[in-house]
Amino acid sequence: MIRTPLRPLARILSARQKGENPDSIERENLRLRHEAIRDKSRLRSEGRLLFLGLGFLAAFSTIGARMGLLAATEPMEPRAAATGAEITAQRADITDRNGRILATNMQTYALYAQPKDMVDPVRVSKELAAIFPELDAATLERRLTDGRSFLWIRKVMSPEQMQKVHEIGDPGLLFGPREMRLYPNGTLAAHVLGGASFGAEGVQSAEVIGTAGIEKALDARLRDPAQAGTPLQLSLDLTLQASIEELLGTGMNMLNAKGAAAILMDVHTGEILTLASLPAFDPNDRPNPLVKGDAGDSPLFNRAVQGVYELGSTFKIFTVANAMQLGLVTPETMIDANAPMRVGRFTIKEFQNKNYGPKLSVENIIVKSSNVGTANLAMLVGAERQAAFMQAIGLFDATPVELVEAPGAKPIVPKKWPDITVMTTAYGHGIAASPMHLAAAYATIANGGVKVTPTLLRGGVPQNGPRILSQQVATDAIRMLRGVVQHGTATLADVPGYMVAGKTGTAEKPNKAGGYDTDKVVNTFASMFPANDPKYVLVVTLDEPVETTGDTPRRTAGWTAVPVAAEIIRRVAPLLGLRPQVEPAPLDGLTAVSN
Amino acid sequence: MRPVLYVLSFMLVMGLAFWAYRENYATQHQLKDMGKLQDEIASLREALTLQRAEWAYLNRPERLRDLATANFDRLGLLPLEAAQFGAAAEVTYPVASPAPGETGEVAPEGLSEDLPAITDPVEVSGALAPETQAAKPGDKEFP
Repeated sequence: MIRTPLRPLARILSARQKGENPDSIERENLRLRHEAIRDKSRLRSEGRLLFLGLGFLAAFSTIGARMGLLAATEPMEPRAAATGAEITAQRADITDRNGRILATNMQTYALYAQPKDMVDPVRVSKELAAIFPELDAATLERRLTDGRSFLWIRKVMSPEQMQKVHEIGDPGLLFGPREMRLYPNGTLAAHVLGGASFGAEGVQSAEVIGTAGIEKALDARLRDPAQAGTPLQLSLDLTLQASIEELLGTGMNMLNAKGAAAILMDVHTGEILTLASLPAFDPNDRPNPLVKGDAGDSPLFNRAVQGVYELGSTFKIFTVANAMQLGLVTPETMIDANAPMRVGRFTIKEFQNKNYGPKLSVENIIVKSSNVGTANLAMLVGAERQAAFMQAIGLFDATPVELVEAPGAKPIVPKKWPDITVMTTAYGHGIAASPMHLAAAYATIANGGVKVTPTLLRGGVPQNGPRILSQQVATDAIRMLRGVVQHGTATLADVPGYMVAGKTGTAEKPNKAGGYDTDKVVNTFASMFPANDPKYVLVVTLDEPVETTGDTPRRTAGWTAVPVAAEIIRRVAPLLGLRPQVEPAPLDGLTAVSN
Repeated sequence: MRPVLYVLSFMLVMGLAFWAYRENYATQHQLKDMGKLQDEIASLREALTLQRAEWAYLNRPERLRDLATANFDRLGLLPLEAAQFGAAAEVTYPVASPAPGETGEVAPEGLSEDLPAITDPVEVSGALAPETQAAKPGDKEFP
């Protein structure tokens, strides 16, 4: 670049000759130079601003155009991604602990009509009524011709029925795809599974929602799309469930019982291997609840969880265990058992007005099932400590089992604890709980005194609950229960090789008049096996059984629930992989009770 | 030199355009194929679910029990009993024939060094003898 000198010599000289100030020439030149520099830098800045502006314009218009494009295009499935099982199933399967299917989904079709497209509604009504017996031709015809534009006809149907509908060939009959819940095992474990039905329905799909049991309790988990591909694994074992339901049903029929329930539970993990309640129903075709009468008479009623009964003498072991835990007695302590016992205006009697007194050891109170002895023991313990123990072992609250019915089945607990209540609750009267409560409480004893919470989900890890009884007290309690089976009220339960320990309970049912019916009883046998190292707890309850092979009808648990439980143990213990043991000589401290 | 460069770059652009055109159609074709395959996978999955359900239905304990009863003559299936538990040591294995080297004799014809196959049922009884399963006196009153 040619640089203009600020003081060009020629002009300076001529200016000097003219007597002008040469500095003005320099100033003028300096001004011109500054102006040139200014113009140049302005131009450059303007250019930069313009460039920047254009850059922003391009960026924003690109983003805007892309957004507009995305907003305007039709949504499409990502075709390049791999599909998973979750796309086909909207509800997760339910399996037993070995992966055998208990509930799954099946693709089927719903039938609906668009009467405006229908050629011959009269013929269609007749033919549909012939295919689906529950439809009435006249009603259907009236509905198809009353001017409506849409009508649901069937929620689900079999492929054969669908083919027959196709063969009617009317353009007004249309099919909508449906996913329906299927329980391939029929009535097996019906009370656990509950059932499912349709929620919101559209033409292309319908929501499947659980209506009872675990289907409703864990509805959110089963419907979670993220877990739809992973089946929900229950702790139930299908083989055991089938065997126990069969044996329980046979026992129930033989003993003319109204209903029966059985729970088999792992004492370390709290997993429920079997939960049976009879009579059962088919969850594929769930019956309607009873509109009148006792809900307990409906097959929908889950006796194992909802059946809150006075469970009778099975509670005695809790009183005894509590007294031993508090250090008040040892198994050998002699307790007053002189029957009958008068408390105010009440009389506590023994079974068949026997008298086991005047004194009975704590161990024999359990073996002989002495009401009076237990009542006296309860007085030693006192109301507060008795209530606290029952609370701790879980007899005051609803069980946390994963069934929608469980929270509603709260035990019936006395509000006040006068002396007579303390005594009657000690032997299981005036307090009512479900067989599930009993199973959990017995599992706690069988688990060495560490609390066990029942669960229906496969976990497989031993529970680390709070310790309620010391190991020694639990061992003593189990030994007493073993005594009941060896030479007490439950001798029929002595299955060779499996060392069953347990306690019977017979409770008369309260009637509407406020008293008790002597010929309507609930018989319970709560057991654990093998007694030397308990692994499983089995609770069998029979509702109104009567054993009629003898001269007089027998209604005690020893003649009803115990043989049924023994048969169950004989059948399922090998299935559980339990090797029979040849029983060692009587354990230390075990004394013969028969004279 | 320059015109050659122009011609070459023009041809390169044409070549690339042709390649892109072909790739575009090939991709669309592949996507369509994949869509078909995915439809097929979905229907197979559906069929699989149905077959699993049917398998579970056919293997429901109630049916198996009925089948075992109906075919008792051929199968002779009975519920597992405690007396059937045994130890491996209690299994009566056939006695091994002495190895030829030890006795100096040659193994007889038809007897190989291996043990003969077990053809008859092997009698096993556990520590708990079946007799103890018999009814106790108290049981008699109860069927």
